[in-house]
Amino acid sequence: MSVRSLPLLFLNLGGEMLYILDQRLRAQNIPADKARKVMNDIIATMFNKKFLEELFKPQELYSKKALRTIYDRLAHASIMRLNQASMDKLYDLMTMAFKYQVLLCPRPKDVLLVTFNHLDAIKDFIRDSPTIMNQVDETFRQVIEVYGCLSAGEFHLIRQTLLIFFQDMHIRVSIFLKDKVQNSNGRFVLPISGPVPWGTEVPGLIRLFNNKGEEVKKVEFKHGGHYVRAQSEGSFDLYGDRVLKLGTNMYSISRPVETHVSGASKNSALNTKERTAPNPLAKEELNFLARLMGGMEINKTSGPEPGFRLNLFTTDEEEEHAALTRPEELSYQVINIQAAQDQQRNEELTRIMGEFEVHDQPQQSTSKGDDLLAMMDEL
Amino acid sequence: MYRREQPVPTQACPAALYNNLCVLSLPAPRLTQFALVHGLNVQLLSATSDGLPVSQRQLHAKEGAGLSFPLITQAYWCVLPFRVLLVLTSQRGIQMYESDGSVMVYWHALDSGDAPPAQALFARGIAASGHYIFVGTWSGRVLVFDVPAKGPNIVLSEELDEHRVPITDIAAEPAQGQDCVADVVTADDSGLLCVWKSGPEFKLLTRISGFGSPCPSVRLWQGTVAAGYGDGQIRVFEASSGALHVQINAHARGVSALDLAPEAGKLLSGAEDSFVHIWKLSRNPDSGCIEVEHCHAECVTDTQVCGARFCDPRGSSFAVTGYDLPEILRYSCV
Repeated sequence: MSVRSLPLLFLNLGGEMLYILDQRLRAQNIPADKARKVMNDIIATMFNKKFLEELFKPQELYSKKALRTIYDRLAHASIMRLNQASMDKLYDLMTMAFKYQVLLCPRPKDVLLVTFNHLDAIKDFIRDSPTIMNQVDETFRQVIEVYGCLSAGEFHLIRQTLLIFFQDMHIRVSIFLKDKVQNSNGRFVLPISGPVPWGTEVPGLIRLFNNKGEEVKKVEFKHGGHYVRAQSEGSFDLYGDRVLKLGTNMYSISRPVETHVSGASKNSALNTKERTAPNPLAKEELNFLARLMGGMEINKTSGPEPGFRLNLFTTDEEEEHAALTRPEELSYQVINIQAAQDQQRNEELTRIMGEFEVHDQPQQSTSKGDDLLAMMDEL
Repeated sequence: MYRREQPVPTQACPAALYNNLCVLSLPAPRLTQFALVHGLNVQLLSATSDGLPVSQRQLHAKEGAGLSFPLITQAYWCVLPFRVLLVLTSQRGIQMYESDGSVMVYWHALDSGDAPPAQALFARGIAASGHYIFVGTWSGRVLVFDVPAKGPNIVLSEELDEHRVPITDIAAEPAQGQDCVADVVTADDSGLLCVWKSGPEFKLLTRISGFGSPCPSVRLWQGTVAAGYGDGQIRVFEASSGALHVQINAHARGVSALDLAPEAGKLLSGAEDSFVHIWKLSRNPDSGCIEVEHCHAECVTDTQVCGARFCDPRGSSFAVTGYDLPEILRYSCV
């Protein structure tokens, strides 16, 4: 509903993706220079100026399929490859993590602090690359500019919109289950103790006033929780203590990323309208996606660096097994753009691709449009 | 005081919207109907007094030009003197059905005319007073529909133009008629409350300013306005003057739903902090000022409550919905 939710969704999911990839690159002992190249390439693509320009335009949140396709592309923006099973798992983790963060934000406005935590961490990943750092800083400033002056009501709408997007996703994540942050039925634990949000009073007091506005009585009541006053508000500036821990990196080398993919919930066969649509792509969605893709730099031709495959599971056998046993209702149905039969659509796609400037990377093919279309064939 | 009854299983979990539950009690046979918004559709369920599901139906938003899958923002049964209509508000407009959802009798498309580019368009906030149905919109404008005793000749008769930001909720005085101080109260995203009186046209009686938090839910009862806010507070005002009589630090997160049992003066509040509270409203016989007493607290473990309604006018039972919860929870007095 809110036309301002997409940038927040994209940046936060992207941030979670980088945390997970960073952890897996180290766990799989990928050589440091290759790992750094992958992280830099992905971050540079994520913060591509043209791409973000499109993203920040006021618009509805797009479908889960469209968003998944974007992250598929993003993850493959460098010399790293992921099998379908690993990509599915990566996306499961990213989405459940951000769902948890949105749900647990004390105030709807605090989703900005979560975003800033992700951006702060991303800046740390690319601290040795000043050009990419500039891109990230620019985006940071844009987020502050766009969201800094929104009202509480507008943040409530953004939160509601994001929660509608995450509805019906109940994948169990091992790290959440271990930390007792998620229940075995896939729902998150909501604590009823701790600090109240900044600007909220500790519940438990009734104040009565007379017609002159004078307080005449104070009555306490037992509200059931164990809350205390908030200590401080997080910083909404470019630099500062965010106070809120949501959105910081919860993975480390000793905490492997695992998911239980549980389709057991009887409510997972929902979203009937989206799933049963015969043509998964509405024209607007295809155009939007094409515009976004067109802005992404695909850095495949970078000389002697051979690619490598990242596995989100501990062994290849596990990955294969996961691919075979993934419940049907949880398949993401990534969009294969080339599969769209409509000739007119393909022409428009080529035209849009062709409009974006060619960067000075050695190009094997005749035009950037063909190159990008060819790459999409392989998805 | 209240004990948990058998929950009613739902086919879909409710969306994290405000006031996301409506209850209609059918006298014969003794069934209760529930309506909850999943997002893309509305679930209508009926259940026996033991919570056994009897029937269910899904309604979708009417599409129209533009958006392929418009979201529904609210579903509410408008109980009018001669008929009951089920009203749905969405990103596209307003749909009115016969109370069982079988037939759509009226459709009103939202006017996007003068909307600024970054504005989300939707209708939200529904109430019925006399033979009028009130529906709020994203612009703050409140549409007033004149509803005949039967048939589809529903007419947009008036537009109330006092709010400047999206409407969140609208409430009508349950005991309507003659010596009513106020008939309708409208609330918005800035926390502003407007109290209206019926007449040849609806007239603004009082304005009660917000204080930085939206007012997701509001109720009107015997000249008293009860409002729940996004910062967890509940405030009670004198409708005729706007004077604040009670301020409650009620919840640790935003209030998402309020309901009132008019025969007992009981107020029900549900919030995203997983708590549901029951309060008793009364008037001090000496001062004439409104007072509130806390009656009952209920913790809905690990659930952000998004809807809460009394199931009868005495408040002896109530129902609750929560985000990610695939059932309607029911409680009744012991």
